[in-house]
Amino acid sequence: MTTTNTAPALLAGMAALARSVDGGDPDAEPVVLAERADVLVVRVGDVVVKAHRPDMDEAVLRDRLVLASHPGLRGVVLPPVRWGDADGWVARVEDRLVTAWPWGEPVHPEGPVPWEEAGRLLAALHSVLLSGLSEPVTAVPRCGAPARLARTVRELDRVDSSSAVTEIRRAHATLPSWVRAPDAADWRDHEGGPAGLVLAHGDWHLGQLVRRRDPHAAREGSGDGWLLIDTDDLGLGAPSWDLGRVAAWHAAGLLPSEVWERFLGAYRRAGGPAVPAVGDPWPAVDVAARVYVVQSAAVGVLRAGREGRGLDEVDQALVDTCRRIADLHASR
Amino acid sequence: MQCPKCHGAMRTYNRNGVQIEQCDMCRGIFLDFGELEALTRLEGQWAQQVPPAPAPAPAAPPTYPAQPAWGAHAPHGHYHHGHHKHGVSRLFFSS
Repeated sequence: MTTTNTAPALLAGMAALARSVDGGDPDAEPVVLAERADVLVVRVGDVVVKAHRPDMDEAVLRDRLVLASHPGLRGVVLPPVRWGDADGWVARVEDRLVTAWPWGEPVHPEGPVPWEEAGRLLAALHSVLLSGLSEPVTAVPRCGAPARLARTVRELDRVDSSSAVTEIRRAHATLPSWVRAPDAADWRDHEGGPAGLVLAHGDWHLGQLVRRRDPHAAREGSGDGWLLIDTDDLGLGAPSWDLGRVAAWHAAGLLPSEVWERFLGAYRRAGGPAVPAVGDPWPAVDVAARVYVVQSAAVGVLRAGREGRGLDEVDQALVDTCRRIADLHASR
Repeated sequence: MQCPKCHGAMRTYNRNGVQIEQCDMCRGIFLDFGELEALTRLEGQWAQQVPPAPAPAPAAPPTYPAQPAWGAHAPHGHYHHGHHKHGVSRLFFSS
């Protein structure tokens, strides 16, 4: 069994669940794939089980699982493993909500990155017609991206003030009020923008792609066998959220233009609605890109604090970008 | 060294005394500080020996800015590689 800081009972309970579901291997040993303060992801043979963050609302999680398993999203989003009766896709283990998923091959951090496939998959997700799904979904939650930013910025209250925290807060203050107050009742009027509200992933990055060997899973797919995973923030929102992190990295000088163009070009050619088909994409992704600069800088500062070290060069590039965002705003 | 663009392996070549790194996969070339100038100098010496060829048509410039006004405006072509390698690896996690 893999060494983990997590309560052994949670890990054991998750492993037992993974072994018992369809496709589970009763003899497989658990391997921890990801362990953060609030989330635990464990692979057991060909099944991956995830303990969701403790504040996750079960009803909203179930709505997202209904979406992820909907035939209208086949070939775009990895569907969860279901067990037993109709209710069987959320378990409670040690008071945590746990879901099960088929294992898929992730993007290798050292290998080639499927930027074009990623762009096409996100365009396909954003093009899902929620009203046109053959089996109507009863509830589509709100995309979790703005709430994630709010959680991260709240966490900054817990660390000592520093020039980095000051720059992050200054950049955060430049964001439109509907981003900074994600609970506002009229969010729909603002968040949609010219592109309108779509089904958005809400936390997209390169770790959110897997490839399934099972041809059924990727059938009719847009991404050459690649699928989107992690539906914890899936929901109705601005499509630009899902381009925001890559746009932020590019604008912070952390990603070459060529890579950004590959990703954006594939998204555009696949008809993605977040940006106009031609011309300057920045007006459409500017807010989302600034959101991810602020959020990523904050996560970097928080992590450096936890690890008792200074900022690394990526953290510093993001904090520097916060400063440029704030300075530009102040000069206008 | 890894290619900052596609993560392929980069191989070191010597061109007229200038060390350049080329990616085995995408064929992209990485130049350290001063290497572009060294190559330009060599090209200048070579051009003096042969009649100049007609210049190729320049690539169409992008019709929109590559970055927002608050962007880092990293120079095209020969950028410092440290950022990019680590930058991409950080894109594998929620940040």
